[in-house]
Amino acid sequence: MPSSTRASRWPTCERAADRIRRHRGNRTGRAAATGFWRRALRHRSFVLGAVLSLLVLGAALLSLVWTPWSAYDIDVASKLHPPSAAHWLGTDVLGRDIVSLLLVGARSTIMVGVIAVGIGLSFGVGLGLIAAARKGWTEELIMRMSDFTFAFPAVLSAIMLAAVAGPGMVTSITAIGIFQIPTFVRVTRGSANAIWAREFVLAARAAGKGSFRITIEHVLPNILSILIVQATIQFALAILAEAALSYLGLGTQPPQPSWGRMLNDAQTLLFQSPMLAVYPGAAIAIAVLGLNLLGDGLRDLLDPRLARER
Amino acid sequence: MTMPDQPSPATPLLEVTDLAQRYTLPRESLFKPAAQVHALNGVTAQVMPGRSLGVVGESGSGKSTFARLVMALELPSAGQVSLLGRDLNRMPPDELRRARRDFQMVFQDPYGSLDPRQTIARIVAEPLTALGRIDRATLRERVAIVLRQVGLRDADMDKFPHEFSGGQRQRIAIARALITQPKLIVADEPVSALDVSVQAQVLNLMQDLQDEFGLSYILISHDLAVVDLLCDEIAVMYLGRIVEQGRPADLFAHSAHPYTRALLDAVPRARAGGVRRRRGAQPIGSQASAAAGCPYAPRCPLADQHCRETAPALRNVGDAHLAACHHTDAVMALPPVVAEAG
Repeated sequence: MPSSTRASRWPTCERAADRIRRHRGNRTGRAAATGFWRRALRHRSFVLGAVLSLLVLGAALLSLVWTPWSAYDIDVASKLHPPSAAHWLGTDVLGRDIVSLLLVGARSTIMVGVIAVGIGLSFGVGLGLIAAARKGWTEELIMRMSDFTFAFPAVLSAIMLAAVAGPGMVTSITAIGIFQIPTFVRVTRGSANAIWAREFVLAARAAGKGSFRITIEHVLPNILSILIVQATIQFALAILAEAALSYLGLGTQPPQPSWGRMLNDAQTLLFQSPMLAVYPGAAIAIAVLGLNLLGDGLRDLLDPRLARER
Repeated sequence: MTMPDQPSPATPLLEVTDLAQRYTLPRESLFKPAAQVHALNGVTAQVMPGRSLGVVGESGSGKSTFARLVMALELPSAGQVSLLGRDLNRMPPDELRRARRDFQMVFQDPYGSLDPRQTIARIVAEPLTALGRIDRATLRERVAIVLRQVGLRDADMDKFPHEFSGGQRQRIAIARALITQPKLIVADEPVSALDVSVQAQVLNLMQDLQDEFGLSYILISHDLAVVDLLCDEIAVMYLGRIVEQGRPADLFAHSAHPYTRALLDAVPRARAGGVRRRRGAQPIGSQASAAAGCPYAPRCPLADQHCRETAPALRNVGDAHLAACHHTDAVMALPPVVAEAG
């Protein structure tokens, strides 16, 4: 893997590392790429995180083509069934199949996560890159605005937004997405500033490149790994926020199943059938844990300094 | 573009007039005016086509600021930088971008000046692609040519910077500077980050390229031997000013400024059976202090009251030999420093 931050922080270490690498024989970019996957498969938390994340993704994809029962069919006669051959995890208070609800719920979870992180990424990274490229009052304005947004907790801004626009999936996605922007602005600006201080950017300026081209051709590729890691972690946060908002009744609206919604329904029956809360809770935990482990793993794997130690 | 390809010998390639650069330090207090650093203080110099200028001085003498201003990477606080008679800082941005093909830069740190995520072909081609679109085949051909010129192979084109050693990387950086066939290359400490044996290789390469293409260098260095090898003229800088300027031979044999003399004395020499002697190191002057008198006076062994009161101007002390000192005669009368083996 090419190094993004290595040279600036550890010039001598890098030089030594380069000598060692040359001693082993020159490796092309391709060889480095296969090395990445070999290292990835040996990285325990990356593998576990990837498996858990893929489990959630698989559930969401599966629900598109098949669920054991319809997640929307209400059958009050068979409510609160314990697990059985027909209903593997039993049924809820309206007689809906828990497995089907979990599968379909994964869909809304992933959708909220993808769209919210997408909003955060596109606006946050864009603003962060502009702040780093323009400096001066532009940077100041962008950073103070993101501080302002950051001051409001996601749930609070969602409640405010719901009060204005009415509760629903769009509202919660928008609120979570807006909440994600300042995080991405800060991460982007910080790492982009570090790249702007590098000599190869000066070389690009001496060649006559403008700040837009430098941003696209030099800055963005060099901070991409940092952004990928951040996006993974933000995805987990978005899932948590979505569950919280749905639990509060501000997110996904019935009959659309969602894990947070299921927790909300289970709350009143906590003493009658506690397992109703455990299933969606476990699903949320798996998704969040998986994404966090994946993010940690990617951070290690994409950081060339840590790569050698594992 | 109507630019003469071969300028008449009388037109200087580069002309720097009264160049000054001030940097504003961060304010210490909201109510105090921000302090300023005079990184460059009225520097005037000329480079004729095919000739090379060496700029030497210690850290903080304004060498690198000078390089950045010549490269039009910063706007000077005062003064002019003209390339082939055209003021770089008065050009429209588009024209400046086109003019950049005539002057390129080589940086000090070969580990920091190449983007680790780009292939060598992309890095080397950057000055060309910055000028406009060029088809891939032509581009790769031009890259292959310059890579061969700096002693690398065509096959290195698709590798990444981390696959090369420091010396090879500096060759890549030189290839990048050569690709537009510039008339002037500004090299800021091009070999100081390299091992001594590798330094020689890179310097020889630079010398060969100079002979082959009639390049002009502005070579920024703290190493007098490096500058001596490649340059026809040397400017010694101290605290943002040129204190002595002249041909290397004159400068080394008859230094006219005590600072040049101190620099020459400070060059470590390996001598069989020589006695180890600790050299008297002087404190480095501050750029922020803007007192009257000669800026070198606080460190100068020859300084007297006159020096502390009146700043000396740069004046002729010989044929094409300038110095800014009140006591040039006394300095030039000193016995020459033991000649070095280049």
